[in-house]
Amino acid sequence: MSKRIDVSDLNVFYGDFLAVEGVNITLDAKSVTAFIGPSGCGKSTFLRTLNRMHEVVPGGRVEGSVLLDGDNLYADGVDPVLVRSQIGMVFQRANPFPTMSIRDNVLAGVKLNNRRISRSDADALVEASLRGANLWKEVKDRLDKPGSGLSGGQQQRLCIARTIAVKPDVILMDEPCSALDPISTLAIEDLINELKDQYTVVIVTHNMQQAARVSDKTAFFNIAGTGKPGKLIEFSETTTIFNNPVEKATEDYVSGRFG
Amino acid sequence: MSITKQAGSAGGRTGDKVFSGAALGAGVLIMVVLFAVAVFLLVQALPAFTAAPADVTGGRGFTSYIVPIVVGTLIAAAIALVIATPIGVAVALFISHYAPRRLAQGLGYVVDLLAAIPSVVYGAWGASFLASQLKEPYQWLADNLGWIPIFAGPASSTAKTMLTAGIVLAVMVLPIIASLCREIFLQAPALHQEAALALGATRWEMVRMAVLPFARGGIISAVMLGLGRALGETMAVALVLSSGPLMASLIRSGNQTVAAEIALNFPEAFGLRLHELIAAGLVLFIITLVVNMVARWIINRHKEFSGAN
Ligand SMILES: Nc1ncnc2c1ncn2[C@@H]1O[C@H](COP(=O)(O)OP(=O)(O)OP(=O)(O)O)[C@@H](O)[C@H]1O
Ligand SMILES: [Mg+2]
Repeated sequence: MSKRIDVSDLNVFYGDFLAVEGVNITLDAKSVTAFIGPSGCGKSTFLRTLNRMHEVVPGGRVEGSVLLDGDNLYADGVDPVLVRSQIGMVFQRANPFPTMSIRDNVLAGVKLNNRRISRSDADALVEASLRGANLWKEVKDRLDKPGSGLSGGQQQRLCIARTIAVKPDVILMDEPCSALDPISTLAIEDLINELKDQYTVVIVTHNMQQAARVSDKTAFFNIAGTGKPGKLIEFSETTTIFNNPVEKATEDYVSGRFG
Repeated sequence: MSITKQAGSAGGRTGDKVFSGAALGAGVLIMVVLFAVAVFLLVQALPAFTAAPADVTGGRGFTSYIVPIVVGTLIAAAIALVIATPIGVAVALFISHYAPRRLAQGLGYVVDLLAAIPSVVYGAWGASFLASQLKEPYQWLADNLGWIPIFAGPASSTAKTMLTAGIVLAVMVLPIIASLCREIFLQAPALHQEAALALGATRWEMVRMAVLPFARGGIISAVMLGLGRALGETMAVALVLSSGPLMASLIRSGNQTVAAEIALNFPEAFGLRLHELIAAGLVLFIITLVVNMVARWIINRHKEFSGAN
């Protein structure tokens, strides 16, 4: 299932440092939203507030609300563990568990919380998830080998398989292709295009062409200077952002005239 | 320009040579010392192996003399590890992943301090304080669980028994295990811990997925270091244990360890007795060597999945 996210008046802090200020944004279900912006403007920070990973950092806290189909993720009594099982995340550096086989990596999230799963269900889920991540053909003969033995691009797709195996509502990706070669990057972009049929996808990227290729809507974040908080400058259809943005800063950034 | 470059690289080469020479020298020195110790032990121990059985302490040959105290040593070390390993790992985990940062720092400091206390202090504490506290529990064990051979009565009236010695050893190796494990747990890659959390793992599940498997080899090494200390510990056992013949009960006085046997008898020993004690030292040396090799083997067996590749 796919759900939409409404963020209102979100301030994000590291201790006393306000890293991101006053974000209002709506991420539609079954769509791909790209976050772009210069380094340090708070894209990763903001992304991590969407599944409550931000508070894992010591001193990390937020003000404001994030609604997942109307339910506030930051309401009292909401368990962050539950939030994270509904909103999956793919990281910049592929991080399959090195101590687990490929198969166990895919099942890692599914086996959490003492959930039991029969052998045949597990086999079916492993195959479906790996197919969903376009990795099945490459690894089907070595499911019991360690996940760290794959190439970087394969590892990243393994991480995506692991994420979709738990059937989340939303998938967050923080620069998932920045460590990959162009072929692997294309494979992942194709995958993102398929994922949006079923999931709400949010992707942070430094690659404008990639944002233009994969996303329906694009959010441009910017920062006024070091020590200042990052802000959401403009958010609209990807074609609008890249062809006739409203803000001058957006135009400068997407046309490479930044700074 | 080219001249300075050459001078620079030549200087680097001299540095390389000096360093590799020093490293080689140090390596060779260690081997020579180890070899010399082994040869000394072997030569000095030989008379004990070849002596007539009746001349050896106990009157029935060296094997009958050494086996009971080797078993005693292993029992003491086993008790220590059974108690100290789970507690040490738990303490380390608490410090590295559960305690608030301030508390963790304080606790880490205390643990390091505990590891630095000399063993004679632990021995004195065990003999004068701990033993007196354990008299009644041992009596209770003998009365209620006496049918289990290790708790068979009558309980020692001084409580200076194998179990007490084992507990003192546990207290001694606990800080070693805890402090090494803490270092290892802190090095567990944040990348994989975040991956686990992002999948919806609780903190304990994260520890199980991304910290403990990574730390496996390190935990084994830490336990082996603890075991090394427990096997070789002399003072604490000598002070705490009122020794005697080998027996299954851990709450009666009796049993002895190799290290304590050597320490207690060495000052008055001469002639064959001296050779016997050195032979006992050789046996202890071999046990420690074997233990370390087994540990290495266990660690290597899981290399493929260790995350090192
Ligand atoms: N763990 C942290 N503790 C304190 N401040 C942090 C931490 N992580 C990031 N920051 C600060 O928050 C701000 C936003 O950082 P963030 O990593 O979100 O930027 P970004 O837009 O993702 O940059 P990049 O494109 O380089 O990944 C920066 O000023 C950064 O220094
Ligand atoms: Mg970032």
